[in-house]
Amino acid sequence: MIQFEQIVKQFRRQPVLRGLSLSVQRGDRIALVGSNGAGKTTLIRCLLGEYHYQGRIRIDGLDPRTQRRAVLAKIGFVPQLPPPLKMPVGQLLAFVAGVCDAQRAPLEAVAHRLGLDLDRIRHQPFVKLSGGQKQKLLISIALGRNTEILVLDEPAANLDPAARRIFFELLAERQALGALFISSHRLDEVASLVNRVIELDQGQVVLDDRVEDLVDLSSRLHCRIQLTRADEAFARAIRAWGFAQGEETHAWSGWVAGPDRLRFLGMLSRYAAILAEIHLQEAPASEPETAHA
Amino acid sequence: MKHLWLTAYTDILESLRAKWFLAYGLIFGGLVALLFVFGLTESRVMGFTGLSRLMVTYIQLAMAILPIFVLITTVRSVAGDREAGVYEYLLALPIGLGAWFWGKLLGRFLVVFLPVFLAMLGAVIWGVAKGAQVPWVLFTYYTGLLMVLAWCFLGIGILLSTLTRSADVAQASAFVVWLSLLLFLDLILLGLMIRGNLPPETVVAIALANPLQVFRTAAMLLLDPQLVLLGPSAYLILDQFGKQGYLVYALAYPTLFGSLCAWLGYELFKRGDLP
Repeated sequence: MIQFEQIVKQFRRQPVLRGLSLSVQRGDRIALVGSNGAGKTTLIRCLLGEYHYQGRIRIDGLDPRTQRRAVLAKIGFVPQLPPPLKMPVGQLLAFVAGVCDAQRAPLEAVAHRLGLDLDRIRHQPFVKLSGGQKQKLLISIALGRNTEILVLDEPAANLDPAARRIFFELLAERQALGALFISSHRLDEVASLVNRVIELDQGQVVLDDRVEDLVDLSSRLHCRIQLTRADEAFARAIRAWGFAQGEETHAWSGWVAGPDRLRFLGMLSRYAAILAEIHLQEAPASEPETAHA
Repeated sequence: MKHLWLTAYTDILESLRAKWFLAYGLIFGGLVALLFVFGLTESRVMGFTGLSRLMVTYIQLAMAILPIFVLITTVRSVAGDREAGVYEYLLALPIGLGAWFWGKLLGRFLVVFLPVFLAMLGAVIWGVAKGAQVPWVLFTYYTGLLMVLAWCFLGIGILLSTLTRSADVAQASAFVVWLSLLLFLDLILLGLMIRGNLPPETVVAIALANPLQVFRTAAMLLLDPQLVLLGPSAYLILDQFGKQGYLVYALAYPTLFGSLCAWLGYELFKRGDLP
């Protein structure tokens, strides 16, 4: 579906991509990992036709530089840093819908699912939204369009756990459509979302590996936690994940999105000293959240 | 075409919300108001009185303010947007580069030209309401001159924005360009003539290539048909062009110059890295 052939990109004689070659098949969900300066963002910008480069990139046979409209109609993009757009949210949605020949309703539907109250923020400048709101809106624009390729640069960094869960569900709904690139500094942040890991270092692919694709993106885990004692910091952290306190004073329960389990356990590890019992049970996507309450 | 209008419309709305536009509108609206308040329409200079007098003064002031205002605001917003990552995001949408570039230019042109024109139009409407005679020829030509002035410096501004990678460098370059054009109006030009014993034809050629000088001379030509204020070089200009010829040249040359700069800017824009 996507071919990168011997891509070389230099900035003032400083090579950033050094003869990078890559072949992406339909259905690939790729984690693009690497340290700062590895070339992730440059590779993404070449794919989006924003940079000149030596070599050849083809997306379903199309050149992203010379056939950029046809190529970009296939791609939904979420940048790492939200752009400081001064236009109001409503105008941004209208602009995107106009440029992409898309309907506004699907964009707005995704935004609603991610928990954005569009009616409240419609007249607010995009730049004045919170980090999470900006991220949700950009994800809505990328996922609400009828695109085949998703390019997400640190997409879930600013999302709360509830929005992350919806985001994973939305990705699960789009899995069969085409290819997915998720760029991240850390593999553990995105490992559960992908089936292929590509690590870049100094502009070259140093690792290209398939990973086990066992985690269902729409799966959920019911979790019960018993503490040895009450702790205010833990209560704040666990409430942010949407957990509620049980009848017993030191017990908490709630739901965790399947792909978020590693991140969740990472959060719990900070409170290992006060954990008495953890119970995690995978539940079918169809099961209502109240079933284990 | 739809994308071009969409980009132009978005840029217009963006400009209307910007602080620079508020300042810009206030300056030109305020200028006309001040000229009325201080009774300029009652004074007489070289036979010009009433609205003609007001317009002559207004066009001189517009020529002093508009170029630097257009240059600085254009390079700041275009280069600033690119630096801040706005291009990275918006140009990842399926929009043609031509529609984006020319749409932005069109939107910016309307935003820059309309306040200046509306201020002058307001003065005419006010004058008509007060029973003053409207100098339609002067009004029409000055409208054209303002339109061309805005387009010319917009073209230069957009070229500078594509040549530089940061807003600060773009702004400094814009200032240097404006200062150079300003200095070549009189100061350096006179110095060159005296020190270098340059033939008058060369000096006039330099003056004719300087859009600021072209506007200045054209505005002066309607006020002073013999170009007495310009000195001996007026003979050369009038001999070469004639009054009508020069008035046409003053509209055609800056239009072509601005268009050439804008086209060059577009070629560089689409051939270079976008963000």
